[in-house]
Amino acid sequence: MLSIKNLHASIGDKEILRGINIEVNAGEVHAIMGPNGSGKSTLSAVIAGNENYEVTDGSVVLDGEDLADLAPEERAHRGVFLSFQYPVEIPGVSVTNFMRTAINETRKAQGKDEMPANEMLKFIREKSELLEIDRKFLSRSLNEGFSGGEKKRNEIFQMAMLEPKLAILDETDSGLDIDALRIVANGVNKLKSKDNAVIVITHYQRLLDYIVPDFVHVLLDGKIVKSGGKELAYELEEKGYDWIKAEN
Amino acid sequence: MELKEKLLSSFMAFEEKIDVHSELHDVRTTAIKNFENKGFPTKKEEAWKYTSLNSILKNDYSVFPKRDNSIEFKDVKKFFIHEIDTYKVIFVDGIFSSFLSATTHDGLDVCLMSSALNKPKYKIIIDEYFNKIASKDESLTSLNTAFANEGAYVNIPKSKVVDKPIEIIYFSTGSEAALLVQPRNLVIVGENAHVQIIERHQSLNENPVLTNSVTEIFAQKRAVVDYYKIQNDNLEANLIDNTFVSQKQNSIVSVNTFSFGGNLTRNNLNFYHFGEGIVSHLNGITIIGEKQHVDHYTLVQHATPNCESHQDYKGIFSDRSTGVFNGKIFVEKEAQKTNAFQKSNNILLSDKATINAKPQLEIFADDVKCSHGCTIGQLDETAMFYMQSRGIPKKEAKALLMYAFSNAVIESIKIPELKQRITKIIATKLGVKMGFDL
Repeated sequence: MLSIKNLHASIGDKEILRGINIEVNAGEVHAIMGPNGSGKSTLSAVIAGNENYEVTDGSVVLDGEDLADLAPEERAHRGVFLSFQYPVEIPGVSVTNFMRTAINETRKAQGKDEMPANEMLKFIREKSELLEIDRKFLSRSLNEGFSGGEKKRNEIFQMAMLEPKLAILDETDSGLDIDALRIVANGVNKLKSKDNAVIVITHYQRLLDYIVPDFVHVLLDGKIVKSGGKELAYELEEKGYDWIKAEN
Repeated sequence: MELKEKLLSSFMAFEEKIDVHSELHDVRTTAIKNFENKGFPTKKEEAWKYTSLNSILKNDYSVFPKRDNSIEFKDVKKFFIHEIDTYKVIFVDGIFSSFLSATTHDGLDVCLMSSALNKPKYKIIIDEYFNKIASKDESLTSLNTAFANEGAYVNIPKSKVVDKPIEIIYFSTGSEAALLVQPRNLVIVGENAHVQIIERHQSLNENPVLTNSVTEIFAQKRAVVDYYKIQNDNLEANLIDNTFVSQKQNSIVSVNTFSFGGNLTRNNLNFYHFGEGIVSHLNGITIIGEKQHVDHYTLVQHATPNCESHQDYKGIFSDRSTGVFNGKIFVEKEAQKTNAFQKSNNILLSDKATINAKPQLEIFADDVKCSHGCTIGQLDETAMFYMQSRGIPKKEAKALLMYAFSNAVIESIKIPELKQRITKIIATKLGVKMGFDL
């Protein structure tokens, strides 16, 4: 589904990704782990099309299509979703209306009609229940004044609404207490299917107890230095990143 | 001949035509002398530092429009809030159009300034209110006073809650190569009375128009007035709006100014307090581009204790457009426990767009809460990326952000159909087909 080959990316003059290779197939969960500053968030931003980063070499291909020339919204229309580490507050736009705009713009791009209002409401209700989101919450301004946990739950709610083919969860566990973590993980697990894939980006192994990865990759200084199964996450938790650093 | 000379030499003819023996002869004479002494304001004056009238004064304006420029309702329907029933006072090239209007004398007066100025039965009211709160000092207001003859006259008696909004619209047909119009509105809202008024100036073709309008609003005790100004004229139209609001105790007056169109727009908006417990709201949304210029020059004069004023102005400027916000709050020594707030938030969408924002607070009382905040920023790129990553295209994401930015002011519109209309104008202005409907 997703094929990242020799991906190099920079911000300004600083090269952050230095030749990443990952293959993700439908139905798989991949975890990307690494210490702060290793390039985890850059990788997610580059896949989602953040124009602040310049891809200097290599490619990101989704279902045979090179994403290089596609704007972030075009990538979203093709099924890429990024759960932000720091979701942005947008005062004046309610959660419901933001979602309605996002869904209808996506449908428009896919040549479909807008979703009828009653269907939309039903859909929103269904998905908000999945994430245990209070109805009152939906009429509030997007992320404005939300707690860390509420923001992350809202991200996964958006993922549930948009039903992406490829979901990238960037440090979704940070700022979550254990209950919120369970709700979020449960939401992600329910959305998982044989047709979609999830990339979980995390610093700690904790989230991976709930969202169990098929593959774990360790990112260090902009390169994948080690890949393995879910055991690798435990090993990292136990030995710390210094162990990997020492090996490299 | 320069416009100033032309106006001065027309004055006698004007008075002859309307009635040189009118009660207002002295008022007019004093006013024209003030204009003669001061002339049109120039950038040398502090209050006009950022707004030059030079280029617009060069046109050879007709100062007495010809009569009989009739227009069909179907051609101008879109400028009305036609979804609802309203009282209407409509002018075409400065002349009252009975055909387009829906005036009333049934329990309230919504009619013509010319009748009020000339009919004996209005004399007491005219004596009490006309030109009483308007500036005697400011040259453009004086110019208007000298030639004041036509406009809307609204008098709401005590305790009357007006059942539908009043629309005051000034159309220019463009039948003159260039037209100067000087509307004069008088709005008196009695004790406990409520009224909603929508004012609009609209040119129907590309010939230049200069409107120098004066509106006096008197809100008696506990009166509630919602006044909306829609400024969405074409790019050859220039508007100088001089509005003076006098408030008595516990009255609530909101003036909401929506500036989207026009070549040059100057809003002189002045509030004066006479009593305790007064609330004043000054709201504005400015969205302009090309070489448009909008200047908001506000004054709130707090003279009495326990009053509030809230100013909230949002501006979005693209291309080479320029904006000015000069907000003056004056708190007199007696005006203890004043709450006076002022916000001017601006977004520049282009390197060549400018905004000059200047708060001016003069506070002589010691127990007051006053604040002002001016912000000037660009579009939030992180927010843009966030929205795009959810599938919202750049243009729509931008529009949604702009709309959200202005939302607090849009929310203050109390007429749903007007709110819808403003939202639609904003969507058109931002080049998107979106309902927003947030």
